Amino acid sequence: MPVDLRTAGFDPYAELRHYQTEMLGHAGKYGATCSFVGTMRDFNEDETVRGMFLDHYPGMTEKQLGKIVEEARSRWRFLDALVIHRVGEIFPDQPIVLVAVWSSHRGAAFDACRHIMEELKARAPFWKKETLARGERWVAKNTGGY
Amino acid sequence: MSIRVRYFGSLREKMGRVDESLAPEDIDTVTDVWKAVSEGQYLPDHILCAVNMDYAEPDAPVRDGDEVAFFPPVTGG
Repeated sequence: MPVDLRTAGFDPYAELRHYQTEMLGHAGKYGATCSFVGTMRDFNEDETVRGMFLDHYPGMTEKQLGKIVEEARSRWRFLDALVIHRVGEIFPDQPIVLVAVWSSHRGAAFDACRHIMEELKARAPFWKKETLARGERWVAKNTGGY
Repeated sequence: MSIRVRYFGSLREKMGRVDESLAPEDIDTVTDVWKAVSEGQYLPDHILCAVNMDYAEPDAPVRDGDEVAFFPPVTGG
């Protein structure tokens, strides 16, 4: 159940394909794969955003992501999960986050994927600093997920 | 030994430093650490705390050798 921080751009669909074909195992056992991809917008709070810096707490970020996945595993029966998150400089239209869950049946895949993503937003130590035409600003809080 | 204190996000800019070391004398809790680094200020309600990379409440114990972090609400994903 890897959690992976990336300093360079990544293709979430290539990552999914690679993980499922090369790493996952469980051939014939999973009937459901649920994935979420978060991508950087070029707008936020009515302003154009040119770029962003994603700050994080090395060590704690990975530790909290691992705990979130383990908590999900204690609540739902699933076979595997993959979390990839960008850090550092990022630009509009680039993927920020991938969460994927493989399970025998769709209920656990949908629910665990949603749970991992919402907990990541609430608890994983990342901070966004946006670059606007008029300067920079820290994002104060997340938009609601529900 | 000492207590390492780290800051992240906008708080790092507000504090004007990324980290510092504190002598462990007179430090029992996270609140004591904050008071030592902020000239006796109260810990703002919105600031989150961690001890050794796990979330901690302001009254959580801090011991010599611990790493304590303060940061604003998280905004990843």
